[in-house]
Amino acid sequence: MHEVLRAFFSPRDFRVALPDVWAGFQLNLKLMVVSEALVLVLALTIAIVRGLPGRGAKPLRALAIVYTDIFRGTPLILVAFLVGFGFPGLRMEFISTRSNFTYGVIALTAVYTAYVTEVYRAGIESVHPSQRMAARSLGLSYWQSMRYVVIPQAVRRVIPPLLNDFVGLQKDTALVTVIGVAEAAQQAQDYSQTYFNFTSYVVAAVFFILLTIPLARFTDHLIALRERRERAQAT
Amino acid sequence: MSFVEVNDVSKQFDANVVLRHVDLAVDEHEVVCLIGASGSGKSTLLRCLNLLEQVDEGSIVVDGQTITNGAVDVNALRRKIGIVFQAYNLFPHMTVIQNVTLAPRKARGASASAARERALELLNRIGLAEKADEFPDRLSGGQQQRVAIVRALAMEPKLMLLDEITSALDPQLVAEVLQLVRELANSGMTMIIATHEMSFAREVANKVCFLDAGVILEEAPPEQIFADPREQRTREFLSRIIEAGRL
Repeated sequence: MHEVLRAFFSPRDFRVALPDVWAGFQLNLKLMVVSEALVLVLALTIAIVRGLPGRGAKPLRALAIVYTDIFRGTPLILVAFLVGFGFPGLRMEFISTRSNFTYGVIALTAVYTAYVTEVYRAGIESVHPSQRMAARSLGLSYWQSMRYVVIPQAVRRVIPPLLNDFVGLQKDTALVTVIGVAEAAQQAQDYSQTYFNFTSYVVAAVFFILLTIPLARFTDHLIALRERRERAQAT
Repeated sequence: MSFVEVNDVSKQFDANVVLRHVDLAVDEHEVVCLIGASGSGKSTLLRCLNLLEQVDEGSIVVDGQTITNGAVDVNALRRKIGIVFQAYNLFPHMTVIQNVTLAPRKARGASASAARERALELLNRIGLAEKADEFPDRLSGGQQQRVAIVRALAMEPKLMLLDEITSALDPQLVAEVLQLVRELANSGMTMIIATHEMSFAREVANKVCFLDAGVILEEAPPEQIFADPREQRTREFLSRIIEAGRL
């Protein structure tokens, strides 16, 4: 028991490892913010493309489906390898000279865009067709109906599942350690390999947990709020 | 030439024929009521008129323009034809005033202030100006439906299509909506109204059409169709309505 406490929960190691892990964690935060911003925009775009009407848009719709199928099915760690090691290996002017941080963002964005596209799509489909019909009957174009009527309602509805995916993304920023981004997990590993103590991993875990809990509570709050509103409407 | 001309229109959904060789002419400032059982084709006919549905056969001319040949600008056409649905279909994420001003601003390019002023004027006329900044779920069904009518009117349409607009309302809320439609009729609005409110139809309509299985079986002034219907089917339909105490 004492051994376990010393190896995982040593107060001294906690204190010593903290600054480095914190420095690494700031990189996680950056990965997170940049990727999330990109995911929000790209996923919405792909979800809209996937819902385009008409036979002419069929190739675009197919492309959107292929994208989500591929990146929802591929483990993030493989995508990170492919981007982080593959892109530099191409020896091409622009794409082979980026930082590991950028490759990390690309891998995270590619995978999470696929998940979030599905979330948006469910939201768009949950808006009753009569809403679209009402908008079109007023003389609004397809795009105007989407922009002002369908998408605002869809986005509101998917905020809770969207935040859930973002919790996943936050944690998965630790996976890009495999391509040599000096983020929190990497720093924790460096520490533990130097001092043969695992408390540094616990430090990193604490950071992730502290970040996730407020987001999870906020999500709960939003869900409760909506349930209350829907119940009020039902009566 | 009439303002609306429906010529030999047929429409089917899969194997289900909803409209069979329908002819209908509506003059400007005329109010036409479509009556008939649910599923007789009233709603589909209205939807064909603003191209929410495509006709399979026949043609429709509105305001001198053939709308069924595929060459018409659908959005421009819909701007001059207002439609109101049974289920109101207000936009729940927008306030009353936003509901009313959206289409004038975005589809007709009106300035925000002009659209707002016009919307308040219309809301004022129906006594709902103080609800302008409420969301639709704070309004009664009757209020919501009146806002839906005003939303359509804000586009200054030349023709209004009303699709059973009181069918989803509690009985005590029907009157306020019908009063608004009555005022519209008196102001000279051209309207085609699908309705189950027979006494209302008798009062406002210049012409009543009885639809049965996708056919306009009988078309006559209200005093004739309600007092002395020509067709056996019309008589049966109206006697069932009378039995139900709706006339």
